[in-house]
Amino acid sequence: MNPRHAAWLFLAPALLVLGVFFLLPVIAALALSLTDYDLYALADVRNLRFVALGNYWALLQRPLFWSALGHTVYFVAVGVPLSMAASLGAALLLNSPLARCKPFFRTALFAPVVTTVVAVAVIWRYLFNTKYGMANYALGLLGVHPVDWLGDPHWAMPTIIAFAVWKNFGYNMVIFLAGLQAIPADLYEAARIDGASAWRQFRHITLPMLGPTLLMVGILTVSGYFQLFAEPYVMTEGGPLQSTTSVLYLMYEEGFKWWNLGSASAVAFLLFAIMFAVTALMLRLARRGAHADGEAA
Amino acid sequence: MSPRFARAVVNGLLAGGAAVALFPLLWMLSVSFMAPGEASALPPPLLPAHPTLHNYRELFVHAGMGRYLLNSLLVSSAITVLALAFNLMAGYAFAKLRFAGRERLFQALIGALVIPAQVAMLPLFLLLKYLGLVNSYAGVVVPAMASVFGIFLVRQYARAIPDELLEAARIDGAGEGRIFVQIVLPLLKPIMVTLAIFTFLAAWNDFLWPLIVLTGQEHYTLPIGLASLAREHWQDSELMMAGSVVTVVPVLALFLALQRYYLEGLLLGSVKG
Repeated sequence: MNPRHAAWLFLAPALLVLGVFFLLPVIAALALSLTDYDLYALADVRNLRFVALGNYWALLQRPLFWSALGHTVYFVAVGVPLSMAASLGAALLLNSPLARCKPFFRTALFAPVVTTVVAVAVIWRYLFNTKYGMANYALGLLGVHPVDWLGDPHWAMPTIIAFAVWKNFGYNMVIFLAGLQAIPADLYEAARIDGASAWRQFRHITLPMLGPTLLMVGILTVSGYFQLFAEPYVMTEGGPLQSTTSVLYLMYEEGFKWWNLGSASAVAFLLFAIMFAVTALMLRLARRGAHADGEAA
Repeated sequence: MSPRFARAVVNGLLAGGAAVALFPLLWMLSVSFMAPGEASALPPPLLPAHPTLHNYRELFVHAGMGRYLLNSLLVSSAITVLALAFNLMAGYAFAKLRFAGRERLFQALIGALVIPAQVAMLPLFLLLKYLGLVNSYAGVVVPAMASVFGIFLVRQYARAIPDELLEAARIDGAGEGRIFVQIVLPLLKPIMVTLAIFTFLAAWNDFLWPLIVLTGQEHYTLPIGLASLAREHWQDSELMMAGSVVTVVPVLALFLALQRYYLEGLLLGSVKG
């Protein structure tokens, strides 16, 4: 057997799995989104009709789709910057020569990342319980009135964002920490000799050197946060008053509660298109920013 | 700012951050040993007055947690073993074996990473229904048997294997299968450990797909079982915390034991990509 044939034998199992259980379904999803596949079609395929872009058109006219998109964008727009700031802050602290017991702190800060979303979301539901929750008790000590964290439409999403930041910041922290450690120490040395303050060192050395890492982490975090689902499923069931219904939550309900698989596929593709557009825009803006910097310099 | 003060600020902030990160987990552990109803009091108690295993007994005897735990172990182990085998083979082929279209095929796989998994889920459900795999362990395992991320990770690592080593073995008359098993696999051991933890943790923590494909309680994995338990037993916070402990502790322990490999994989999969 020559290496060329061997290569295809080695590739076959993985490619088969990815082809049959990922690529094929993705193509089928596109086709499905152009049909009215529902409970009747599930029972008998002859009930299936081609509706072209009908599902997309109907979705764009449904207030629930727009509100789900609005909640998702809210979660991404507030949650991603907060998560990245927490990650960067923690990484800067861990990277400081003044920090003690670094391995312990790194492990402790990273621990929430490996936990199961469902299990820790349950914990948060109790910690943010209106009557007996630790959060309201602590605020009460400061004289703040109890907040109905998960029952008030204004507070439910902020609570979920706080949860997501707590759960996820450790992941990017580790990536940032590696990025910070890769910055040559003599850059800071030179800046110190020039009398640059800590803030100026951060602004003119740390941030530019970390630029590519920040961009990559930002894009990955944005695409991850667009896929909000388990948190509202466990903490609020999409409520109160649908204030935490995300696009993916809508897809799940549309597809597996009401069995409108055609319409649910259209939701999935719209989400994909939006994610793609947003991340492409981020890349573009970052390139233009880098280009402008280059010209200024 | 004096150096002493700066040191106090840095370490104080780190300690505060660690406390915020760990508090919910420690609180969960503590409440899981409380008597029913004990946590619903003001002020909220931090430690159980009389630690009891009542909640754990209740979970395993009446709530079927033992079954969920076994299901999770079974499904996650099966996924880990199969995905490890398939991703190792494919990653090695992309890194070290020459064939027409290799780079283009690999680029296409990487390109597929932009498609979120949820897009495939609806037709995948129909496909598995057609194959009779809905509500079975296989329904969870089969789609997870290979991953682009895993292949990518192995390829990155396997590229460091010197070609001369493989050539020498070929000249000695060793077949490609034997080269893979006897020469390549031992060299890939570190990345095997890394990939195994990643795959196991992801399988253990996965929620949306098992929720869709597992329709009967007898096949529920821990996260699905816990979520359904939460809807039934919302008032029993002590019982729910015990359930969370059972779900979280195995993965947390695995991570603590093999932390170095996990963090290395995280960096290999992101920064160097």
